[in-house]
Amino acid sequence: MVRKGAKRTSLVLLIAAASLVLAACGGAKVSSTSSAAASSSTSTPACGTFNLAVNPWVGYEADAAVVAYVAQTKLGCNVVKKNLSEEISWQGFATGEVDAILENWGHADLTKKYITEQKVAQDAGPTGNQGIIGWYVDPWLAQKYPDILDYKNLNKYASMFKTSESGSKGAFLDGDPSYVTNDEAIIKNLGLNFKVVYTGSEAALITAFRNGETQKKPVIGYFYEPQWFLSEVPLKHVALPPYTPGCDADPKTVACDYPPYPLNKVVSTKFATSGSPAYNLVKNFNWTNDDQNEVAKYIAQDKMTDDQAAKKWVDANPDKVAAWLAG
Amino acid sequence: MTSATLAPEKLATPKTPKSLLGRKNAIVGIGWFILAILLKGRSTLPLNRSSLTSVQESLTNLSDAIDRNRNSNPFFLNVINKIRSSINAFVNLLQDAISQGSATRAVPQIGWLGVVAVIGLAVAVFASARAALLAVVGFVTLGLLGLWQESMDTLALTLAAVVLALLIGIPLGVLAGLYPRFEKLITPILDFAQVMPTFVYLTPVTLFFLIGPASATIVTLIYAIPPALRITTVAIRGVPWSTVEAAVSMGSTRWQALRKVQLPQAKRTIVVGINQTIMAALAMVTIAALIDAPGLGLVVVKALETLDVGRSFKAGLAIVIMAVVLDRSTTAAAERVQKDSMQQQTTAQKFGVASKWIGLLLTLVAIYISNIYLWASQFPGSGILGLKVASIADSSTGWIQLHLVNVTNGITDLFSYGLLNPIQSLLVNAPWYTTAAAIFVIGYLLKGFRLALIVVVCVATILISGLWSDSMVTLASTLVAALITVVLGIVVGTWVGRSLPVDRVLRPILDAGQVMPAFVYLVPFLGLFGATRFTAIMAAVVYASPAAIKLVADGVWGVPESITEAAISAGSNTWQLITKVQLPSARRAIALAINQGLIYVLAMVVVGGLVGAGGLGYLVVAGFSQENLKGKGLAAGVAIVMLGILIDRITQAIADRRDVHAKAVAT
Repeated sequence: MVRKGAKRTSLVLLIAAASLVLAACGGAKVSSTSSAAASSSTSTPACGTFNLAVNPWVGYEADAAVVAYVAQTKLGCNVVKKNLSEEISWQGFATGEVDAILENWGHADLTKKYITEQKVAQDAGPTGNQGIIGWYVDPWLAQKYPDILDYKNLNKYASMFKTSESGSKGAFLDGDPSYVTNDEAIIKNLGLNFKVVYTGSEAALITAFRNGETQKKPVIGYFYEPQWFLSEVPLKHVALPPYTPGCDADPKTVACDYPPYPLNKVVSTKFATSGSPAYNLVKNFNWTNDDQNEVAKYIAQDKMTDDQAAKKWVDANPDKVAAWLAG
Repeated sequence: MTSATLAPEKLATPKTPKSLLGRKNAIVGIGWFILAILLKGRSTLPLNRSSLTSVQESLTNLSDAIDRNRNSNPFFLNVINKIRSSINAFVNLLQDAISQGSATRAVPQIGWLGVVAVIGLAVAVFASARAALLAVVGFVTLGLLGLWQESMDTLALTLAAVVLALLIGIPLGVLAGLYPRFEKLITPILDFAQVMPTFVYLTPVTLFFLIGPASATIVTLIYAIPPALRITTVAIRGVPWSTVEAAVSMGSTRWQALRKVQLPQAKRTIVVGINQTIMAALAMVTIAALIDAPGLGLVVVKALETLDVGRSFKAGLAIVIMAVVLDRSTTAAAERVQKDSMQQQTTAQKFGVASKWIGLLLTLVAIYISNIYLWASQFPGSGILGLKVASIADSSTGWIQLHLVNVTNGITDLFSYGLLNPIQSLLVNAPWYTTAAAIFVIGYLLKGFRLALIVVVCVATILISGLWSDSMVTLASTLVAALITVVLGIVVGTWVGRSLPVDRVLRPILDAGQVMPAFVYLVPFLGLFGATRFTAIMAAVVYASPAAIKLVADGVWGVPESITEAAISAGSNTWQLITKVQLPSARRAIALAINQGLIYVLAMVVVGGLVGAGGLGYLVVAGFSQENLKGKGLAAGVAIVMLGILIDRITQAIADRRDVHAKAVAT
């Protein structure tokens, strides 16, 4: 009995094999192509490999999408995108695995370590984006209590912000720990009846603001521009004592607003001295907050791929791209 | 972490169970409670978020020093670089084979058709036909979800890590099985490797091994070697010494006895070890994405940036499918080994040798076709199934959030104000010496001097790390999460253990809960419970309760039929049957569920830090992201390990005590 069953199975399999082979022969073949040829003229120097760090926020992804697209299609570079956190990206300068970071938010500690001391990296100029960090509330709250937008009135409303995490004080939300914040000191030095709740990630912070708006729950926290979420929920800025140079020099006595951060690009020294056309592209790259928000929206809300989003923007802004490629 | 083995228990006559802890321990607990209230607020050792103790600063300086010397030290240049390049080469080989193109080729060597054929054949030959069918269906689904390349990336990395973990773990496990002194030496190292949060060693690993496949593999290896090693040790020990003696007495050397007697007999358990190693490797998929490991983990992490629940669920589902396929395949392989050794006929034998050869031929043809033709190389279609799955996930979480948010907010407040805040303020505000003394006395009462010594070492290390206050915050959340987990474990586990249909339905859901990356359900939970410690607790409960439920279910299921029948014929109703017969007899399983539940909950501490838990978890994440907090993050990681060892040893002692008590009553 076993033999008969085995024989039948073998026959079935043999027929299947034959039909598979017959059916499969046809259709496009895999061609052994090399990577997309450069369409640029022969006078531009060869580009080679360009190691681009991609830090995990959408604004950066927008920067990287456009720069990578231009480097690949217009300069013929082999762009290797590496998805890394900031700390590890800077470490990559020292090991030679990262050529460029396109958007750096301050990071005086990393600047001191890798640019000033180890000299393995250097500043490559501003991106044209202004990073604005500050205290924000949901728009419904600002509409209902317009005077909440001044820090002097916050104590009046502090009990509204109480949650199970903040004890008897109002909750003030901080987000991703990769940003150094002065909120604890500011709250203490301005005598505000709040307690900092460390939500731990940008996702947690955004969800809190989003829920605050839809459920009409009072939420106050730290946020920043440019950020894709602001086109979904336009948070309103709470005014602290205005920033003056030096007011945040001592982290213990800070009692003023955050300074605007001119976001800059950082490249490895090796990359800068290599003569690669990709370095010139990175050096010349700059655009506005609105440009970045637009591409960020394509990626985050319209769910386009990086290349699709980049192509759409590049096709619509040829003059800006030409300026990056010049010189 | 312990492997859960349920020894058949000598049955005590069903008495009213004594308290799990014992009278003396209860007195210590009450004493601590009173002292904590009386001495509230003294010597609580608080530390500001951004402040550093000298120990933490010196840890930062140490890592900076390593950083600086990296390029000049000969140890680095020779040993570490060699390790790195060989692992890189190995992983690149696998990637070129199944997942990524190379310089001359846009697609991998073996396309989807070839991979599916190979998997089907391998599982059919080494396991069973049913498992092979499941494997083929599972992998084709991965392609239908539109995630074929990412899945192959993950598979390549997982395979590389598992192969290396087995190459390192099995020989060491054999050694540990044969030489108990060696086992005692490596057990603390294994504990560290399994409990230390991965975030803590992510940056140092990339410092040594650079960014790339080598680092991702090594990060996975650190977590995957302990199961391979430990289970091999258990396997070797499981071979009866009399069998080995018989072989030796007939003239074989120790080496021959090992090769021809112990290893073959331990084969089944070693295959179970392979299963656990694969599961451990898959658990690292999302973390490895933070250092640019390609694959499904990267899809999850990127989706998190825009809070895209649908896309992250799609990738999470793919990870679950891969885990289930690999789990069932290796389990079936273990059963096959069992059947072979008992010389029962397997389904493959029914099919005969001829079909095996034809299967091989079919597979080779499929590989060849997938190498040449584009349709067989890149998975066809645009992943419509995946888009459907994503939109269903999006709309259901949206619906749940819209309609249940009041209920969930109410639950959050209830647990936070009612349970968590009181426990936390007790622990945090009690003087450190009171709490330390209480744990020391309890340890001594439970298991004598040895356990007390371990308590001293763990508590001292936490104190040296300078993070006592944060440790107490984490301990409070951990205890509440463990409480919920154990209650769930007992309630649902009893239900599952008493009813086989329920078991069939619930088990896949439980498996999914253990394998689904936490990042996937973090965003919906944030929406429902807010950025609070309770969200972290819920995430921990989702991860830990499957294990607890399975353990209790196994225990209840293991209660002998005769006992339950006797109780029923003596007139017990269902409630009496459960509370007076089944649960007491499953006491050891419940104690084990408490132990494992606590360990699993602790494993989620860092993830909790990402959603508002604060405490040690947040500090680990902060150390990963801020240069000057590196030392503090490392200290927080060590404190988590110490808490883990402390909790593990004490709850194990409680479980052992139940055993001793039951045996004493029975004799």
